[in-house]
Amino acid sequence: MDTSTLFDFSPLVQEFDKILLGFWATIRLTLMSGLFALILGTVLVSMRVAPTPVLRWAGTFYVNVVRNTPLTLVLILCALGLSDTMQLTFSDQPSTNYFWWAVAGLSAYTAAFVCEALRSGINTVSVGQAEAARAIGLTFVQSLRLIVLPQAFRSVIAPLGSILIALTKNTTIVTVASYLDAAAQMKQMFDDFGGTIPIFLGFAFGYMVLTLPTGFFFGWLAKRLAVAR
Amino acid sequence: MTSVLFDAPGPRARLRNNVLTLLSVAVLLLIAYVVISTLGDKGQLDAAKWEPFLRGDTWTGFIIPGVIGTLQAAVVGAVLAMLFGVVFGLGRLSDHRAIRLFCGGVVEFFRAIPLLILIYFVQAGPATLSGYTVSVPAFWAVVIGLTLYNGSVLAEIVRAGILAVPRGQSEAAYSIGLRKSEVMRLVLVPQATTAMMPAIVSQMVVLLKDTALGWIIAYEDLLNAGLKQFAVNYGNLIPSAIVLALFYVLINLALSYLAHWLERRSRRSRKSAAGGPIAPPSAIGTGPTGGSGRGAVATLE
Repeated sequence: MDTSTLFDFSPLVQEFDKILLGFWATIRLTLMSGLFALILGTVLVSMRVAPTPVLRWAGTFYVNVVRNTPLTLVLILCALGLSDTMQLTFSDQPSTNYFWWAVAGLSAYTAAFVCEALRSGINTVSVGQAEAARAIGLTFVQSLRLIVLPQAFRSVIAPLGSILIALTKNTTIVTVASYLDAAAQMKQMFDDFGGTIPIFLGFAFGYMVLTLPTGFFFGWLAKRLAVAR
Repeated sequence: MTSVLFDAPGPRARLRNNVLTLLSVAVLLLIAYVVISTLGDKGQLDAAKWEPFLRGDTWTGFIIPGVIGTLQAAVVGAVLAMLFGVVFGLGRLSDHRAIRLFCGGVVEFFRAIPLLILIYFVQAGPATLSGYTVSVPAFWAVVIGLTLYNGSVLAEIVRAGILAVPRGQSEAAYSIGLRKSEVMRLVLVPQATTAMMPAIVSQMVVLLKDTALGWIIAYEDLLNAGLKQFAVNYGNLIPSAIVLALFYVLINLALSYLAHWLERRSRRSRKSAAGGPIAPPSAIGTGPTGGSGRGAVATLE
């Protein structure tokens, strides 16, 4: 047993710049995909509660297909399929191109979960609210936009926070989309220095620094914005 | 709920709905047309790229071994994760502070880090630590990673399920003289199990999807067999990806249906006192750390 590398934290110091770059990529991916997933998820949930059956079916179909496909497959389809095989590119710069394809894949996948969270949020809005909105003559879109969705959003802040945390962890899978994030950096360091516990703990700590405060923040926000009923 | 959002349509609303239906059908058809024509333009709909799926050797050579690989990893992972979940879930409810803290720490740690870096470490760690004499096969790297991560989520489900059994049950059990282990084994666990089933099955869907991470460390699962080996042979990555997605969706929908059925069944025969089916940890709140936050991982990954 080679104990010399067992508690050797020096690789983490030595490669600190690259590690920070890796986590910066993770943060950018998370924020960008989170934003697009929120928009797409809101559109999807509006479709799923719409008066038009065709839209409801389309929304349900999307959610059921995407939610049950592994994210790995989604990202492979985006990066290797759509980008490499079909030459649909966002940019000539490979790193920019793969970044946006990774964001596209992550957003498309996460949107299905955002949609489901929002739908359960809509179910928590009391029936009287929607009935009152109809009684004063608001149309479907108006009652959704002015009455139901604002309350639904406020009641699902905690689940949306967990989706954001899961998204942060899911960004590790962009490795398959040829984009380098913190996990790819860790793999690289495993190859260079060996798979030592300090390196693993260092990266685990890095992810916890990202995920734990997010959990705290959304927990606080959920309490603060809770709808008083 | 949806019907509350809009009134029963009158003549004008019916007309408007029909127009909207027509419009949305048009838009959806347009999207479908764009997708299909782009695929066609890039030659992805050529018969040559799809024809291999009609041949027997494709199925016996790639897809069926792939499905078996995926199911093997999923089943072994599920069994081990369930064991891990029961041990650590009960451990978090222990009367001994040390055991409680230890189990809590382990569960929270594995829930907070990405599964992929865990799998990397399980694969590379033992080799380095043993001076490159031990090597962990890809299968076990995937299975151990899945066990630790999903086991931690299951531990939360188990804990929540047991806490959901009303206090009176354990009080009554203690008062007739049962010991703690007997209370757990004879009273709490059986009642909690029915309530936990749907959440456990949904977690199995997550676990099954996560076996696809095997692609990254070259485990021979469905994804690897279908996309790396097979698609390279025939140059039909996109058709293969579509066929494989169909496989995963069907398997997972079947599992989800099972979860749904279990939920309805446990709601109907509500003989145990554990109340309705418990939600995955997301909805339960797993402690002061805004744990209600971290939970939906359970459904997302």
